[in-house]
Amino acid sequence: MTLAVDIASWLCLVAGALLCLAGGIGMIRFPDVYARSHAAGVIDTGGAYLILLGLALQAGFSLITVKLVLIGLLLFFTCPTATHALVKAALAGGLEPLCRELGADETADLADEAAP
Amino acid sequence: MRLVGLYLALFAFWLLMSGHYEPLIVGFGVVSCAATVYIARRKDFVDYATLSWYIKPTLPLYWLWLLGQILKANFDVATRCVLPGSRIDPCVFRAPANQDTGVGVATYANSITLTPGTVSMQTWDHEIRVHALTRDGARDVLGGEMDGRICRVEGRTKDGTEDGP
Repeated sequence: MTLAVDIASWLCLVAGALLCLAGGIGMIRFPDVYARSHAAGVIDTGGAYLILLGLALQAGFSLITVKLVLIGLLLFFTCPTATHALVKAALAGGLEPLCRELGADETADLADEAAP
Repeated sequence: MRLVGLYLALFAFWLLMSGHYEPLIVGFGVVSCAATVYIARRKDFVDYATLSWYIKPTLPLYWLWLLGQILKANFDVATRCVLPGSRIDPCVFRAPANQDTGVGVATYANSITLTPGTVSMQTWDHEIRVHALTRDGARDVLGGEMDGRICRVEGRTKDGTEDGP
């Protein structure tokens, strides 16, 4: 049983670490602030949650797990807020995204394609 | 009554965080929680509209669905980060937000940002400007599934008719 928990825990930790690495590479490779914010999103969602889950499995049912869950909830609420503030600040600073703004007709087309 | 609830919640949080149960330390907790409730009442901090949103029973179910979406999007964006060649085709667009309340629209905007591959740039009353890494990401948002799910957490269908309690 402890072996199974250990394996699950290490799978989570390694997967989380790989996601953080991929996000870091993306933050360097992507062309502008807006695209880079997506790579940062990989780090502060998947990377962070999987590492916290792996650590919680190591800690078992204890106060430490409660604290890890609370850290997860904190990230769940603050990260999107921070990302939104950052992107909005870039926009307010006059930095235009390196891509087109879709018109109303293109948006409607995409919505139609998505509808089942 | 609500202040008593706030006090109990704060004190439970305090006990979980401290992990020390000597009389002196717990006494500090009792006093500091009382001070916090007093200040919250004087400054009218307690936001009941937001609070009532977070005790909706369907919200945890939505979070579970959202976690699944986040996990899927994570692997998609992570592979686009590391695989050679340019695998992104970013675009900016405006997505409708059909929620009734400000908290609902904020939840929708935050959910969009939480899902890697889409970030909300600006929000208005019933519209969100979104930057998407790929056309597929844009299609997922514009399909309106997330929008509809948050409307259902609010207790309404997307068209504004009453649905459930």
